[in-house]
Amino acid sequence: MQWGIIIIVSLLYLLLLFGLAYWAEQKAEQKSHFINSPYIYALSLAVYCTAWTYYGSIGRASHTGYDFLLIYLGPTLSMPLWWFMMRKIIRIAKIQNIFSLADLIATRYGKNVTLGAIVSIFTVLGVIPYLALQIKAISETFTLLLDYPKNYARNPVFLDYGFYITLVMAIFTIYFGTRRLDLTRRNEGMVFAIAFESIFKLLAFLVAGTYVVFVVFDGFSDIFQKAFEQKELQKILYFQDSAKNQAWEWFLIGLASLFAVMFLPRQFQMAVVENKSEKHLEKAIWLFPLYLLLINIFVLPVALAGKLKFGDSIDADIYILAFPLQNNNYSLALLTYLGGFAASTSMLIVASLALSLMLTNNLFIPLSIRMGVTQYFKDKQWGKWVLYIRRASIMLVLILAYWYLYTAFDLPLVSIGLVSFVAVSQFAPAVIGGLYWKEATHKGALAGIVLGFAVWFYTLIVPNFVEAGLLSKSIMQEGLFGMSWLRPQSLFGLEFSPVAHSLFWSLFFNITAYVAISAFTSQNSQERNQAELFVDIFKYADSYDEAVIWKGIAHKKNLEELLARFVGENKAKNLLNEFEQKNQGKLYADEAERNAKLVKYAEKILATAIGSTSARILVASVVQEEMLTQEEVLKILKETQELKKLNFELKKADALKNEFISTVTHELKTPITSIRSLSEILYENPDLESTQREHFLKTVISETERMERLINQVLELEKFESGKQKLHLTTQNLNEIVKEAIRIYESIIAEKKIQFSTQLSQEPLWSEVDKDRILQVILNFLSNAVKFAKTKIIVSSYSKQNFIEIAVLDDGKGVPAELKDAIFEKFFQAENQNNRKPKGSGLGLAISKKIIQYHKGSIGVEQEQGMTKFYFRLFRTLSLDLSETSSDNTTILKPTT
Amino acid sequence: MPMKVLIVDDEPNILMSLDFLMRKEGYEVFVARNGTEALESIQNHLPDVVLLDIMMPDVDGYEICRFIKSNPETENSKVIFISAKSKESDIKKGYEIGADFYITKPFTNKQIVNKVKELFITS
Repeated sequence: MQWGIIIIVSLLYLLLLFGLAYWAEQKAEQKSHFINSPYIYALSLAVYCTAWTYYGSIGRASHTGYDFLLIYLGPTLSMPLWWFMMRKIIRIAKIQNIFSLADLIATRYGKNVTLGAIVSIFTVLGVIPYLALQIKAISETFTLLLDYPKNYARNPVFLDYGFYITLVMAIFTIYFGTRRLDLTRRNEGMVFAIAFESIFKLLAFLVAGTYVVFVVFDGFSDIFQKAFEQKELQKILYFQDSAKNQAWEWFLIGLASLFAVMFLPRQFQMAVVENKSEKHLEKAIWLFPLYLLLINIFVLPVALAGKLKFGDSIDADIYILAFPLQNNNYSLALLTYLGGFAASTSMLIVASLALSLMLTNNLFIPLSIRMGVTQYFKDKQWGKWVLYIRRASIMLVLILAYWYLYTAFDLPLVSIGLVSFVAVSQFAPAVIGGLYWKEATHKGALAGIVLGFAVWFYTLIVPNFVEAGLLSKSIMQEGLFGMSWLRPQSLFGLEFSPVAHSLFWSLFFNITAYVAISAFTSQNSQERNQAELFVDIFKYADSYDEAVIWKGIAHKKNLEELLARFVGENKAKNLLNEFEQKNQGKLYADEAERNAKLVKYAEKILATAIGSTSARILVASVVQEEMLTQEEVLKILKETQELKKLNFELKKADALKNEFISTVTHELKTPITSIRSLSEILYENPDLESTQREHFLKTVISETERMERLINQVLELEKFESGKQKLHLTTQNLNEIVKEAIRIYESIIAEKKIQFSTQLSQEPLWSEVDKDRILQVILNFLSNAVKFAKTKIIVSSYSKQNFIEIAVLDDGKGVPAELKDAIFEKFFQAENQNNRKPKGSGLGLAISKKIIQYHKGSIGVEQEQGMTKFYFRLFRTLSLDLSETSSDNTTILKPTT
Repeated sequence: MPMKVLIVDDEPNILMSLDFLMRKEGYEVFVARNGTEALESIQNHLPDVVLLDIMMPDVDGYEICRFIKSNPETENSKVIFISAKSKESDIKKGYEIGADFYITKPFTNKQIVNKVKELFITS
């Protein structure tokens, strides 16, 4: 194929990518739902699938069969974990302004600068070869298209295709990844472009796979049938090559990919930093595994097809591209190439951005501060410096990757992806421990990570050096210093594949050091503070500002100067004015509390530009801080939580009170309306007939009484609720009180033509009660029953062991089970039946409940034999003699609930 | 033929005073003590004006208003809500449902009488 065509097609593709990203940026400004959709988020996670997936999976499958799937099985199995762990990380990251894994680890362990720097450097070391692999894939496939079946050879830099592609990637990333100083703003354009690349590479791979399986061969069964006839392929398909510890091997590699899908810089960037809503996780949890499934469907068939067709004559990694080239199908070859190109470029873009943020916030900014280059920065210069560093870091990362590819050209790049997986797995203990274990210390984390990396380096990188002839072969065979238990690929005699072996030992030492040293060292106050915040983030989420403990003296002028160096003098002034306005009129315990608020506010603004660790050291440099002890931090934290709870309860009580007042006034309006209207009639019509006049006046009087009753009830309830109500207890026969109540209601019942009966206990029911109050409760029950009964009412009383039950039953429509408790709340009817009018004041049952509670009894409603039964139960006084000793007891009794 | 007014309220005393006022104006008056009665009366008498309470134990005033305004026989009838619900949002809802006027309780007699007259003139 002509090189011009390939280059033009590649450039057109990149142009499309720029266009899409630019379009998405514009759309995002308009708050488009499409750009913010969970589908874009889920697709952007598929940046996980790089050229190593696109080409490498087939290569791996052709050598070792099914185990390529582990790289996707790990992430799939990790998905439920996302709902717990990733959600927690996302929440912490949003609240604390965390923009990379290094930020996360440094912040958790007390905003420890050393830890952040070490994590950044190790990540770069671990991931650069992986980036190099992407560039190599682009160059290699380019060469193939140009000159099939000639292989990629080292060109002078300036004639190398990969070099220029790397440059374009740097420009893209700088343009769309460093548009703003404020890191809390998402890079919608870039994310959208990556989502597009995810779809593109999947479609290209599926088309190419379909071509191989259904055009070159006769479908899946054709390939598998032919494969089963070959001895060598049988071995792959039947697991005949299985290693001794196959289960362990698979477990370890699956584990590494499980960590990788969360902690690789590009994955963290997409899953956490670019996340718009925790809810998006719900979709991602099933969409992302689905994507992984789809992109793997053709891997094994194409691998077998390649073996059948080409054998070992060409590199198995390029089978998918070799088929169309072999058959001179150039347009398909171009499409396949572009799919791989998409896979490579998406990783280059996201990883370089993520690494640059990591290096900027955790290495270069702290270094700039320490070296003093920044202290003379004036208006906005600091902010510009940060942007320059970010851009330079992107260039640096990509150039490092290219340099690695160029100098280590002859080093084997096989399974370099897995080497990176093992590298980032070293962060897993510190991150997971940090999220769930409050006692973990920064010394433990540091020791674990450093030791883990040392083991990783010795077991995975040193053998590469040996192979390239940089180190003596004797290390591999006889071990370091001739000690055979120190052989890099079988430490202590363990015989695993290199990757599984390395993961096992690195994690073993990592976790051991992390746990042991954490147990033996103590935390400083800031570390303790963060440990609490991380582990209990959901508890502190809405009071985060109060939960960061700071004590000291700060001058507004110094903070304003500092801010101005980032965002400009005017903006700094505005931001601080905003703070003043927001806090105007707020009461602070003392000046110190106000100081703390201001410091945290300024630090938060700075953190959006340079991450929380760097913001911390910068702010610390302009204020006087007081050292706190661990105990002080914990004490203050506890106090803020208690205060928050108290505040919440106060607010709730306030809302209830307001609602009560509005209901009471509402209830008063009905009688007032009648009174007013009727009085106006009486006033304006002096010549009314005397009977009508009398009737109107009577109504006015009865409506006035109604108001009076309501007001009395409100006051009564208030007295009960505030505990001021007194009971006058005497020993009474409750049967007598029931009879008295019935006498009062007799005429009304007769009028209503309701069938009425009593089932009263034969023996007297003695109990110590306030007679008038209990009468009130029974009357309340009766009045409700009369209102709702259709045909009959029964009043019953009986005693059982030591309690007495009095009940009124009616055959009305009854109370739905779910409202059984609510019906005893004040104004229950009014608030729950919104537009339906309550019968009665709505306070009767509430007062009855209070009365019974004051008697230490119980009150309730239930359905019984098709009737609604309102009842209360009181303690029975067994004999009169016993009760007399306490009959003069008229003290205040508190309700039991 | 005198104009027909239907008064709907579950408070007998309010019903009583409104009944008096409307009769005094010379209208033909019908009363309903709840939503069900109201719906019946509307269909039987096709009133020109309905004075309508909102909170009632069975069918609420909103539903009755909707019924009036959606029924071809009564869609030209005027509806005046008379309710103790006095929040701005309540009043807005009343008008949205199609009421011609909204009077909050407690009202003055003049308010009601004048409004009903006015609606008769425009109808």
